[in-house]
This record gives sequence, C-alpha cells and structure tokens, in this order.
Amino acid sequence: MWVFAVRDRAVNNRKWIAGLALIVALNVPAAQSSDGDSLPPNSVYQLQVSVEDQFGEITGLDRYRGKPVLVTMFYASCPHVCPMLVSTIKLTESKLSAAERADLRVLTISIDPERDTPEKLRETMERHSAEASRWSMVRSDPGDLRTIAGVFGVRYKQLPDGEYNHTTRIILLDRDGTQVASTEQLGRHDAAFLEAIKTSLH
Amino acid sequence: MHIPGGEFRSVIPEEEGDNSVAVADFLVQQAPVTNAEFLRFVLHHPEWQRGRAVSLFVDDQYLSTWAGSISLGPESGPQQPVTQVSWFAANAYCDWQDARLPSWYEWEYIAAANDNMADARALPEWRQDILSWYSQAGDDRIGEVRSGSANYYHVFDTHGLIWEWVDDFNAFLVTGDNREQGGADQLQFCGAGAITMEEKENYAVLMRIAMLSALEARYTTRNVGFRCARQSSE
Repeated sequence: MWVFAVRDRAVNNRKWIAGLALIVALNVPAAQSSDGDSLPPNSVYQLQVSVEDQFGEITGLDRYRGKPVLVTMFYASCPHVCPMLVSTIKLTESKLSAAERADLRVLTISIDPERDTPEKLRETMERHSAEASRWSMVRSDPGDLRTIAGVFGVRYKQLPDGEYNHTTRIILLDRDGTQVASTEQLGRHDAAFLEAIKTSLH
Repeated sequence: MHIPGGEFRSVIPEEEGDNSVAVADFLVQQAPVTNAEFLRFVLHHPEWQRGRAVSLFVDDQYLSTWAGSISLGPESGPQQPVTQVSWFAANAYCDWQDARLPSWYEWEYIAAANDNMADARALPEWRQDILSWYSQAGDDRIGEVRSGSANYYHVFDTHGLIWEWVDDFNAFLVTGDNREQGGADQLQFCGAGAITMEEKENYAVLMRIAMLSALEARYTTRNVGFRCARQSSE
C-alpha cells in the first residue's frame, strides 16, 4: 500500500532543469471512480486511497460503506484533545439506542502514520474500550494524508517536537459516504449532530 | 527552475520565537500553469473536465471561465494562468507532471525575492509594490504569465498576477474569528494551539495565509491558480 513509483515520462525541459534525476513520491490522490457503482459525486468514497487498520488489515476508505459512519482525524500520542475526541464520540453514542448504536460505525484516521503503527492503534483502541466490531483506527500512506484531510476539511500541522496541531471535527457520513453533518463541539454532545445521526440510521 | 535551498525567516515559524526555517533544494515551474497547459491535462484526463469532475473534488465554479469543457474562450486566454481550479485539481495536474504542489515554505521562499535579491522583504518599496497589487487585485482581467520581470530565482509571477495553492494549504490553523470566543472553541486545536504569526508587518504575505486558511480543498476562485514543484535530487 505504500506506493512509491518512479515514472519516466519526458517532461518539458524548458520548464524543468534537464539532467537531474527526478525521483518523485508518486501520490495518486483524487483517483476518481469510473466504475458503475453509482456513488454520489460528493461521496468521500470517490477518493481511492488505502488505509491500514489496527490489525494491519488494508482496505479502502469505504470499509464501512452501507452503514452510517462517524469519521475523525487524530493521532494516538496526542495528550489532551484527542482522548476528548474519542470520549465525545462515546458520549454521543450513549444517546443512541442499542439497536441504533449497532448500526453505526466509527473510523478514526491517524495524522501521524509514522508513529501510529497498527500495534499503537490497537493499544489506543483497548485503552478507550472501543469495540473493534464497529470501530477502527487506521493510518494512511503519508502521501495521501493531505488529500484525506482535504476531503474531510481537517487542518493539521506537524510541530518541530513531533506533536501536531489539528482541528477536531467529527463528520457524519451517510450509507453512501456523503458528508451529511459535522461538529466541532467537544466534551458535550451536539444536539443537532445527534439528530443527524439518528436520521441517517433510519 | 532549480532553487537552491537555504534558511529564511518565515512569517509562520515552526516554533514561537524562532522564525528561521530551512528549505531544501527544489525545482519549481517558472510561471503558474496556464489555461493552455491545463487544457492539455483535461484532454488527457477527461475525468477532470468541467461537468465530469466529481463534486467531492471541485465546486460548481470549477473552470467556469472557460467557454466549454474543452475550450478556453475569450475569458481565459491560453497564456493566462488557469484559475477556478480546486486544490484537488491542482494536485492531479502536478501529479500528471510527475510533480507536486510546492509547500508553503517553498512558495514563501521564492516569493521573498525581488529581481536581484533572494530576500527583498525588508525593502519598503518591495512591500509597497506588492501591497498596491493586493489592493487592486480582483478589479481587472488577469494578465498573462511572464508579463512582468523574473525574480532573483528566474521565477515569474509570485506576486502581481494570481494567488497560488500550496501543498500544505490546510496546515494553517489561523482562525482569527475563533479566538475571541475562547472556551470550547480553543479545543478545536489539539497540541500547542494556533500558529503564531511573526513578522506582522509583512502584511501582504499574511494576507495570502489568511486567504488560504479560508479555503476548502474543493473550492475554486477567480484569483487562485498554482504552479508545480519537485524534489531536487541534487
């Protein structure tokens, strides 16, 4: 899944200094679905990227297609706010009935793929008692991260000490992967967001 | 163009109090990507044509100045920079060129030059020139690329023509409107809080950051285009 390719297409030498060997980490963002699976044009599942979960299993972003999904971006070693992201999701989920909860999925995407190995993500899942049947914590190819963040409207920046600044958005995807609601409220449940979740479950 | 790397003072330092940033050698296109060049791209990649590009990646103004999905027309001459392109579309173009968008620091580095100095930012007349463009930007038809003079790095149009996407446009966590609120809104930032901006007198460059931080990756606007860059292997 860590696709690094070198292509040798001749490029316009007027624009590029010739003679330098060019090695480019080829990140294929925004590959668009052209098969007949009739995704809505604004579905995030139009984005064809691979993610690796806490068990090392590799899938597309669409691993939960067919179910409503809460998506957030975080990093496992984040000391303060990220644990609050997880607890906010759990708080929101606690407002759902057991049957509703059983139909909802949660996908947390790491912005720190170097450090957030499957082992680290598994530990984080366990620390938060996140049900692996409905939750996954995944990392992507580092080259795809800006694109994934772009799709979800998340901003992040790595700091010199290895920590990150990032915005904390929780996004609700409907069964086809269309973003239907989001919240940036932490530590309390957002009533409008909860209502949107319930609607998507019915 | 090959751009030799170096250290410079960025307006958005990595660490508070130390605004020196190192940029490695890189290659960058001399001028922003033109309509003619972008047309060639969408002919090779029909999935990026207006009307076919999916709305996850572009808004409804994508390439709206073109006469048709594969024709330029009077509003968008072949030598004018392409605008009304989203970050995703810019990325896809650069990828097609085996390249990438420049990082903010790379862009800021080449944009610090005037025609004979690598870093002309302290010159009052340089600042004045740029500010006078920003104050009128948007009024007129966009000019052609390479109409002005090349800068110290032989790069054209860093100022005075359009604004440009950078690879890490979504790394800016500058949200002035959130600050007044305090409390829960501060929790939007995980880690050390919002970026602190140094060099506040460098207003023109700060305006770019403010603009980029207001964009989403699928947005397109009349004044935002791009150019591509590459790692230098030397």
